Amino acid sequence: MRGDAMRGLAVFISDIRNCKSREAELRRINKELTNIRQRFRADKTLDGYQKKKYVCKLLFIFLLGHDIDFGYMEAVNLLSSNKYTEKQIGYLFISVIMNSSTEMKQLIIQNIRNDIQSRNPIFINLALQCVANIGDKEMATAFTQEIPRLLISGDTIDPVKQSAALCLLRLHRTSPESLQLNTEWTARIIHLLNDQHLGVATAAVSLIDALVKRNPDEYKGCVNLAVSRLSRIVTSSYTDFQDYTYYFVPAPWLCVKLLRLLQNYPPPDDASVRSRLNECLDTILNKAQEPLKSKKVQHSNARNAVLFEAINLIIHMDCESKLLVRACNQLGQFLLNRETNLRYLALESMCLLATSEFSHDAVKKHQETVINALKSERDVSVRQRAVDLLYAMCDRSNAEDIVQEMLTYLETADYTIREEMVLKIAILSEKYAIDYKWYLDIMLKLIRIAGDFVSEEVWYRVIQVVVNRTDVQSYAAKIAFEALQAPACHENMIKVAGYILGEYGNLIALDPRSIPMIQFDLIHSKYHLCSTTTRSLLLSTYMKFINLFPEIKQYVQDILRHDSNYRSSDVEIQQRATEYLRLSEICSATVLATVLEIMPPYPEKQSPLLVRLKQKKPLTEAETSSEPFAATTANPEDGPKLAESTIHLNQPVQQQQNGLLLSFDTLESNNSFNDATSYSLPSISSPAPTSSTLQSAKKLLFKNSDIIFENDLLQIGIKVEVAKHILGVEFYYGNKTNSNLTNIANTIKVTGDLESDIRFNIEPIKTGIDPKAQIKQSGTIECLKEFQELPIINLSFYYGNVLQKVDFLFPLYVNKFIERAEMDSNSFFLRWRNLDKPGQECQKIFPAKYPMMHDDCRQKLEGFGWSNLTGIDVNADNFCGAGILHTASQQIGCLYRLEPNKQAKMYRLTVRASKDGVANRLVELLDDEF
Amino acid sequence: MVVIIQFILLFSRQGKLRLQKWYTSQTEKSKKKITRELVATVLARKPKMSSFLEWKDLKIVYKRYASLYFCCAIEQDDNELLTLETIHRYVELLDKYFGSVCELDIIFNFEKAYFIFDEFILGGEIQETSKKSVLKAINDQDVIQEEELEEKRSVLEDLGLA
Repeated sequence: MRGDAMRGLAVFISDIRNCKSREAELRRINKELTNIRQRFRADKTLDGYQKKKYVCKLLFIFLLGHDIDFGYMEAVNLLSSNKYTEKQIGYLFISVIMNSSTEMKQLIIQNIRNDIQSRNPIFINLALQCVANIGDKEMATAFTQEIPRLLISGDTIDPVKQSAALCLLRLHRTSPESLQLNTEWTARIIHLLNDQHLGVATAAVSLIDALVKRNPDEYKGCVNLAVSRLSRIVTSSYTDFQDYTYYFVPAPWLCVKLLRLLQNYPPPDDASVRSRLNECLDTILNKAQEPLKSKKVQHSNARNAVLFEAINLIIHMDCESKLLVRACNQLGQFLLNRETNLRYLALESMCLLATSEFSHDAVKKHQETVINALKSERDVSVRQRAVDLLYAMCDRSNAEDIVQEMLTYLETADYTIREEMVLKIAILSEKYAIDYKWYLDIMLKLIRIAGDFVSEEVWYRVIQVVVNRTDVQSYAAKIAFEALQAPACHENMIKVAGYILGEYGNLIALDPRSIPMIQFDLIHSKYHLCSTTTRSLLLSTYMKFINLFPEIKQYVQDILRHDSNYRSSDVEIQQRATEYLRLSEICSATVLATVLEIMPPYPEKQSPLLVRLKQKKPLTEAETSSEPFAATTANPEDGPKLAESTIHLNQPVQQQQNGLLLSFDTLESNNSFNDATSYSLPSISSPAPTSSTLQSAKKLLFKNSDIIFENDLLQIGIKVEVAKHILGVEFYYGNKTNSNLTNIANTIKVTGDLESDIRFNIEPIKTGIDPKAQIKQSGTIECLKEFQELPIINLSFYYGNVLQKVDFLFPLYVNKFIERAEMDSNSFFLRWRNLDKPGQECQKIFPAKYPMMHDDCRQKLEGFGWSNLTGIDVNADNFCGAGILHTASQQIGCLYRLEPNKQAKMYRLTVRASKDGVANRLVELLDDEF
Repeated sequence: MVVIIQFILLFSRQGKLRLQKWYTSQTEKSKKKITRELVATVLARKPKMSSFLEWKDLKIVYKRYASLYFCCAIEQDDNELLTLETIHRYVELLDKYFGSVCELDIIFNFEKAYFIFDEFILGGEIQETSKKSVLKAINDQDVIQEEELEEKRSVLEDLGLA
């Protein structure tokens, strides 16, 4: 560096530093300000150098934290100087001090324009840098032509191109509508990605990234260029890039920007581009395994910066399971790294991986490590990341452990993150509760540990769950009562317990320890410590008690009559006390019973907790809180949907092309079966009415015959017949074409648990089908254990010498092994009551998907396999029934009750089954079918 | 408005702000508030902690070099490690230009520190990562400055009386 440019400035700065006190500093500054003001005012002959010096002093004073309200004009004057250093200080002053002021805007723009047009690259660059730093709407309008031209012109030198690119970026961001880029420039802008000069490419990617966000289609061409540029960098040696290599890592900034650019698009369509990109990502993952080339942290940081961005892209594409799992393993290594930064980032990225169905399981392997991080990390931001990850990786299999660990941590957690943790625990324990008693235990514990951080949404939700689930109400009353017995109770606990006892206190009133009077006294002992909102709530509880326990009516009335309520200064309390008292005095028991009836179930909608969580963390949580749900529930339900979509995709020709092969799903098809020709599938005699018009999202669920696959060439139908745990099955393969299908081969693939759950015994398929003909393949399927997943059928054949492969899910649901059971109302209720252990029951309230027709419901339920018993439920609109699920080793009794609510357009389905988990599975099969 | 780097602050261990660069429009009042809060937060952190922290809806990446803290605010989903190296590259540039830079160099030559910024980062985005290119641009400026100084050197100025 050169000697002092402005001696006077240096002297002034020294003076300031030598000031012994704040007052002395202020005096020195004021003296200087007066001096500068006088100079500016009096001395018209002030030369450029002096102006520059004084403007610079003002800047220094401003940076010390003082307001500067003059000197703007002098600064703007400097812009028109023909001396570079004077101009430069003028621009600096404008960028630092005047960035949002509108004064002299036009004058500034004029000066910038002059410099841009000056043909002197160093002047042009100063002007561009200023625009890039403070550009606004006016500037966007003013330079909409000039700056793009600089960017794409052949004679612009590289540093100017770089500034121009980032200048445009700034203008695009501040004012996209004012900046109109000519579409003829698109291709040339995209091609900057290929620029020989890495600095130009680096600056240009940022601009292109922003333009892509506004208009992805127009800039689609950038994908290929970005992939090839990336590929050239990652496959080269670090020595190839000279000064653009940073600590042995070739062009890390450019790499990261390219990887980010690609995250604006889905995986490339073009197979060669896609495989090239995959190779790049593979290479980056491989490099992470190589020994470090330097011990310096800069080397590993730069390498890992690229790696993390690559992982982001892999997660974004979410289609290469191999890459996803590799990424996850890599991050798993980082979790144990010495560097806190790496552990932090690994936890953060894993959160995203947990939301992908391909890598969710791989992430779960690290549960132990993550829990340890929660316990042992010394940095709260790292612990916060661990909490987020636990939340994201949670599913039914690990919910109990994770919720327990989070609860334990909550007791010592930093105050800043407690409310969020409370929400997360509440969401997880509800979502993955198999046993709602467990859920309630967790929730009450939550209120006990962190009552202050329990937001309204959380305790409202507890009430909603209890109201909607009849099976836990008496348990809820019991533990609410117990909770109130603690000497110090959080007010949120009093609210929850008060509400629950008001509704369900009668369920524990036979226990001598909690007879009505004891319940009432216990609640009322807390009353005086509570806020008026809580007191209002408790008054309603008392009123409900009058209905539940007429014997304590008089005590309640005494309380209502008490001055502190009846004449309360709080209007709400007073109103409730007066009205409730009057109500209790004039109404008959029957009227009271109606008015104070227990609360009806709440309609199910999105949990308010999720909404709350999203509000808490507007950016990141919006994704992580909703996506794991999709990912974790995807497995069981994805099957039928996938199978369906393949069929739809290939469907259009089927009807017109030949009338011989028709779907079972339409009415006409039934007719065509009657005059069946040799090509058509055999007509099917099903025990339930043919129910051909029933709408269902799942094939074969309600029927014993169905088309399970169809495309232009082939239609596959199936017919099944049950005998206890053995299903007789016939597949019909219809050739829709006018040529032979040859070399047919098929396998039924069972993976995971399914392997031990079902056994197939199917005869080999014939190897060929004549044109328009059909072949049959029969066999049996044995149910060894109640299974969850669907088998996959792989089929291959040759059509005109071209190998065709189709894979589809075999819609074999466990209900096929249910045998209907008839019984009278006594034995139904006896059995129902006996099945009250946790895990035996599953209840779900869900919205109606189809018109609510009684007959359709009946047909579906009967088609499902179990009986429809009439005269059991007092409400004739409801359905009850029973069945036996046969497996090789046991018979599982299943009972159900389906209650339509036509007004609310909702159903409530309750299933009880003698084996844990079966009720859940059956509800899952049915909850989107009505 | 999305900007890769939202702002950069340099401050001393005593909490004195030495340099600030804002890439989003902020009022002076909110700049001061943000600075005050952030300086306090970062100074309170212990050495073994991670270099990243969530702050409002931003992410703060910081690193201490001798007596100075360098502190960058980025978006939540930006690349933290690379931001750390962006800081490092800037420190290297200062170091190379001033020759083993210290806090005083930045105080007395604050305008140079800004000029180096503009050659390296523009509008919140990296524009040139090559150390040589940035330093060449700054040295070219110094040559011009020297020439211009030769033309107009005031006697008073030399004595430091102006």
